[in-house]
Amino acid sequence: MDYVIEMLNIRKEFPGIVANNNITLQLKKGEIHALLGENGAGKSTLMNVLFGLYQPEKGEIKVNGKKVNITNPNIANDLGIGMVHQHFMLIDKFTVTENIILGKEITSRGKIDMKKAESEVREISQRYGLAVDPQAKVADISVGMQQRVEILKTLYRGAEILIFDEPTAVLTPQEINELIQIMKTLIKEGKSIILITHKLKEIMEVCDRVTVIRKGEGIGTVDVKDTNPNELASLMVGREITFKTEKSEAEPKENVLEINQLTVKDSRGIQAVNQLDLTIRQGEIVGIAGVDGNGQSELIEAITGLRKTDSGSIKLNGKEISHLPSRKVTESGVGHIPQDRHKHGLVLDFTIGENIVLQTYYQKPYSKFGVMNNKEIYVKANSLINEFDVRTPDEFTLARSLSGGNQQKAIIGREVDRNPDLLIAAQPTRGLDVGAIEFIHRRLIDQRDQGKAVLLLSFELDEIMNVSDRIAVIYEGKIIAIVNPKETTEQELGLLMAGSTEKKAGGVN
Amino acid sequence: MSSRLQNILVPVIAVLLGVLVGTIIMIITGYDAVAGFIALWQGAFGDSYFFGETIRQITPYILAGLAVAFAFRTGLFNIGVEGQLIVGWLAAVWVGVAFELPKIIHLPLAVLAAAAAGALWAFIPGFLKAKYRVHEVIVTIMLNYTALHITNYIIRTVLSEKSDRTESIAESASLRSPFFESLTDYSRMHWGILIAIICVIIMWFILEKTTRGFELKAVGFNQHASDYAGMNVKRNIILSMVISGAFAGLAGAMEGLGTFGYAAVKGGFTGVGFDGIAVALLGANSPIGIVLAAILFGSLKVGALNMPLQAGVPNELVDIIIALIVFFVAASYMIRLIIKRFGKKGEK
Repeated sequence: MDYVIEMLNIRKEFPGIVANNNITLQLKKGEIHALLGENGAGKSTLMNVLFGLYQPEKGEIKVNGKKVNITNPNIANDLGIGMVHQHFMLIDKFTVTENIILGKEITSRGKIDMKKAESEVREISQRYGLAVDPQAKVADISVGMQQRVEILKTLYRGAEILIFDEPTAVLTPQEINELIQIMKTLIKEGKSIILITHKLKEIMEVCDRVTVIRKGEGIGTVDVKDTNPNELASLMVGREITFKTEKSEAEPKENVLEINQLTVKDSRGIQAVNQLDLTIRQGEIVGIAGVDGNGQSELIEAITGLRKTDSGSIKLNGKEISHLPSRKVTESGVGHIPQDRHKHGLVLDFTIGENIVLQTYYQKPYSKFGVMNNKEIYVKANSLINEFDVRTPDEFTLARSLSGGNQQKAIIGREVDRNPDLLIAAQPTRGLDVGAIEFIHRRLIDQRDQGKAVLLLSFELDEIMNVSDRIAVIYEGKIIAIVNPKETTEQELGLLMAGSTEKKAGGVN
Repeated sequence: MSSRLQNILVPVIAVLLGVLVGTIIMIITGYDAVAGFIALWQGAFGDSYFFGETIRQITPYILAGLAVAFAFRTGLFNIGVEGQLIVGWLAAVWVGVAFELPKIIHLPLAVLAAAAAGALWAFIPGFLKAKYRVHEVIVTIMLNYTALHITNYIIRTVLSEKSDRTESIAESASLRSPFFESLTDYSRMHWGILIAIICVIIMWFILEKTTRGFELKAVGFNQHASDYAGMNVKRNIILSMVISGAFAGLAGAMEGLGTFGYAAVKGGFTGVGFDGIAVALLGANSPIGIVLAAILFGSLKVGALNMPLQAGVPNELVDIIIALIVFFVAASYMIRLIIKRFGKKGEK
């Protein structure tokens, strides 16, 4: 067989976890080979091993049939391996050409020969159909063009094998089409491509073969023409029985949150939430399933008043809240466990006590006439620390010095204690250990049982399936289906998350 | 070793190292170090006149230190204390010469005018930062020069007829204290020290006790979390600068209403505003620390004037020592490392 790259039985451990175990990936010359897996399955680790950033504990790497030892990225470059990073490694203030030649400058008598460099860049960009303006500043060009600059960088360095790390995550649909054309051109010119992704649609469209990894384990490699999205989804998420969180049947009552035709733009001005409808009732947990970047964050920011809405309505208990500032939203009965606990959830240099009253410090009994009542604050903090099992020396400890799980418990204690009608939990268990995860799931279900509405956003399908009473699948800013977790499968969810609604009866599009 | 003890030890060791290196410099350059330090001490505390002058010098240092520290505690770097001080000085003197009022109204009015002028001058960088994300360091530096030249212009053309100084302020607006003067052998010590101490308490109260201080600190530490918690980030940034500027303006009032009683055309900066940065740094931005640091720098500055007379040591040497202290505080990482070493040895 004519393999350009072979990664055989790779094993990579980090303290406490096995990130890659027994993974084999063989790349044929001239193919587009997908590396498929969920978030955290170990795709990036595997590619970092190939790129020389990590050393594997076991296994071997062959390039063009010869065993190699890639100990740093320069060796990978010399072997003709180039990486197109998800987060571009470009210098904004430099021109396209300057970025491309950076580190490989053509010089004559100590001066950079910019003319020659520009003509070389132009030549490569024409050969591969990568339209760029060599003299434009990177800061002034579109995201799609910046990505083409990243690709050119690898080609300029003579890459024969290109690794694309989730290349479509940052692109608009039109830019995605352009990228697919570029990849096909590259193949025609004799390059080979590894495409890291969890989007099934892209794999079916451009790839020849696909290697699936799940929770660090190599599952296998299949030909795309012999498979279908269904099978790929089940390979990706696995069928093994997962630990079910025990809970009684939901008894939903009145509507708490009603979202109608909501449209929200993201920070770049692109429509992230697009005419979205969603209703959540008292006594139920609605899980939002979707691939990262389909408008989930913007939706939650819009509900909580942190982001302006463009059009549509958000009603809480029948009252319009879409125009309210975040404090008023909080006061009208919304609790929010934010996605990024360090950025939004906590002031790390404040004590636990100060963080407990982060939204209520101006209310009695924590303050009177603008003067803080520290005694009340720390009494409250102490009681929440006990109730929510926050492991901390005391309530005067800085939030910074707590572990992630305990920080998260403190946030959940704070949000639940305000007794909100709607509790929004965004990735509440990200990065936490099993015990903390179970505790947090229990708390969310308790809230439901007390007649509260809970909105759960998670990228963990297990979590969505276990905790939710209804699952709303979000794709490109829309809820494209509402499914019952008891009647659905992870394969079906995986398909829906990838935007395919044809198979699902009752899918609303 | 507790971090609290370390926080106290670091500035103390920095001061000792500063004095030590200063001594070495004196010896190398052929001066009598012992005589120099005796002269320094006597110049600051040697008799009641010097003592009064030292207190007088400490007063604006405390206020300038508070101004820098308040901004710093709320996440901003106010380099513009000097400019805010200059406009505060002028505003206080302006009110002092323009009105004839009973003292009970005139003096507070002049003091408040200084605070308001400093606050207004600091509002500009605060507003630009909040609204357009312009970095406050750049704007405050530029506004220092703007303040210097605008006040000079006003003194020459509005408050006098092409003279280098204004008239002296009315007695009813003066902070001068015959009582303190008689106690201290007719030094220029004035009532301002009481205002400075009240401001120390105000700063502590705002930051540690009020909901406003809670918001200001939260915004200083983490704007995203403050936004999430429903605080108005922009308003708090502006307010932080305004309060800081008010302290700086009051420092100007100390000079205008207390020490001098007039405003004169300045060829350059007073330096008090910049020394305020050193005071805040050495005082670790805490109210008590600022008082202690202001006492140190104030006595060094006043005592230095006696060094050439009594010991023949140039008073610039004190500037070198102050610079060394600031250097050692800024390099506190090194000192913490040394403390750690010694701490470990002690445990064995």
